[in-house]
Amino acid sequence: MDWPTFIQSISNAVILGSIYATVAVGLALAFGVMQMANFAHGEFFMAGAYVVYVFYALGGMPFPAAVISAFPVVAALGVVTERFVFRPTRGNVLAGFMATAGVAFILQVIVGQVWGVGLMRSVPTPYMGAASILGAQVSWQRLIILPSTLVMVGGLWFFLHRVKLGKALRACAQDVEAASLQGININKITALSMAISGGFAGVAGALMAPINAVTPYMGHSIIVTAFIVVIVGGMASIEGSILAAFILGFIHTFVTTLFDAVLATMAGVAFMAIILVVKPTGLLGRVRM
Amino acid sequence: MMRYLAALAVLVGFAIMPEVIGEYYVEIMILFMINLILASSFRLITTCGDWSLSHVVFMGVGAYATALLAKFLGWPFWGTVLLGGMASAVIGLAVVFPLLRTKGFGFFIGSFALGEFVRLIWVKFHFPFGGPRGMIGIPSIELSDIDFYEAIPYYYLVLLFTIACLAILYRIDLSRTGKVLKAIYADEDLSRCIGINVARYRAMAFSVSAFFAGIAGVLLAHRLGAIDPKNFDVNTMVYLVIWVVVGGVGSFWGPLIGVAVMMLVGEAARPLAEWRPLLFGGILIVFLTLLPGGLDSLMSKVREMLDKRTADGTEKI
Repeated sequence: MDWPTFIQSISNAVILGSIYATVAVGLALAFGVMQMANFAHGEFFMAGAYVVYVFYALGGMPFPAAVISAFPVVAALGVVTERFVFRPTRGNVLAGFMATAGVAFILQVIVGQVWGVGLMRSVPTPYMGAASILGAQVSWQRLIILPSTLVMVGGLWFFLHRVKLGKALRACAQDVEAASLQGININKITALSMAISGGFAGVAGALMAPINAVTPYMGHSIIVTAFIVVIVGGMASIEGSILAAFILGFIHTFVTTLFDAVLATMAGVAFMAIILVVKPTGLLGRVRM
Repeated sequence: MMRYLAALAVLVGFAIMPEVIGEYYVEIMILFMINLILASSFRLITTCGDWSLSHVVFMGVGAYATALLAKFLGWPFWGTVLLGGMASAVIGLAVVFPLLRTKGFGFFIGSFALGEFVRLIWVKFHFPFGGPRGMIGIPSIELSDIDFYEAIPYYYLVLLFTIACLAILYRIDLSRTGKVLKAIYADEDLSRCIGINVARYRAMAFSVSAFFAGIAGVLLAHRLGAIDPKNFDVNTMVYLVIWVVVGGVGSFWGPLIGVAVMMLVGEAARPLAEWRPLLFGGILIVFLTLLPGGLDSLMSKVREMLDKRTADGTEKI
């Protein structure tokens, strides 16, 4: 591996890591509050990409506006999922998880029926050209992912630590009963956390829409990685999942560059298996899964 | 007594069925029985609380082992069926080892990811697994002059295996081992306290159920003649979960009922083709939210209600 390829791979890894982080943070957040494990998270990612396809590629909306509008649209999906799937199965992680596999099927079919299954939807690249960083070429389209992730994760941190509602959410994650004794409305908090979770997945998908192939089944490829990230980071830990997202980003990028993509996925899974044996709580997790 | 009569009736029904129904339905029935083995072996792991998401991958291990042995080495059926099952069991042990330190949800996701790992090996290596397009030209079974390429002889062969596998799984369910597994599900810490080696029993349940999934895979591979990694992906796994959830895992019969009902629904929904996942997804959600115990629990609920009514009646008199 020569120097420019090395720098190129590092920048790719950081950007891939930020996408994984955006997706996995949402997953970890929802799991932290009331143990909501969302199998349809990959389909939320897909829905975000379709929001950009519809608003930007078909509707002619400016790209940033389309990306931002992916947040409320997919957040609404999250709220609906919370109300009709997670709330009735509360207290049973596996039931909620399996039922969201049903949600994934439903979203795939609906999107496939409305916008077609066969050909992938092409979303034109809004930002042409590439930036030159230490001799490596990084396209602007990929580069904007990094500040977007920083803004979102920073915003989430601010919300969780400085805003009263966010503090209520963290209280809920720590102890549901004690939180509800303080007068926190649990249903409101679970809906809120699913909204944030969905919104994050949606924006990640929206940012990746011009880069990835947009198909109804694009969620599959991200969901395995997202769950590996969350397990490695420690199920309910947001900091852990950010750390793990970048580790996985580096593993995937470097193995893909040196070998191929299938081997990269396998390396990620093997890494997870090692973590499970050595530290079953995950890197920064406290509770054993 | 009624029970034995019912069992006898079902057996006779299965025995004379190929004479009554057409060839197409004989093929469907073969798949149905293979799925019975798959679903019933899946229930074995769920009795100790481990919902594995890699179960169809072990069916794939059996199928790939069969393909390799029969195609490249020309092994006869008895060899492939034994070695296919054993291969699944051994790989099952290897897969479950890192998972033993997780439980519940972590186990679910971990098994999903490790199953993907095994599946990606088939995608990755064009030799000998054929890569993403899989393997074709798996020979059918030939045993002492009978050509099992025909649907009806194959039907009886699969019927024999289904009866054998289900009987063994039923015995396991009733045995001490089965009770230990249920104890682990009920209270893992308490089980550990009374001297149950929890990790060992969980590993054993996983491996044994992988063995039977492998046998289902052997039967499938010989019948289809062609397999590819997509046959054993997470979509297929979700369908297996739907069968088992609809049936319920409370009793041995639940998953069997689930497979029967959902395959009927699937056949009825054949004209809807591309809407089928939506229908199945909807059914899954409805069952998990409204009837988490599945159809199996529905029957016991009804029985309970009837019992209560008769009990009330006798009280009044």
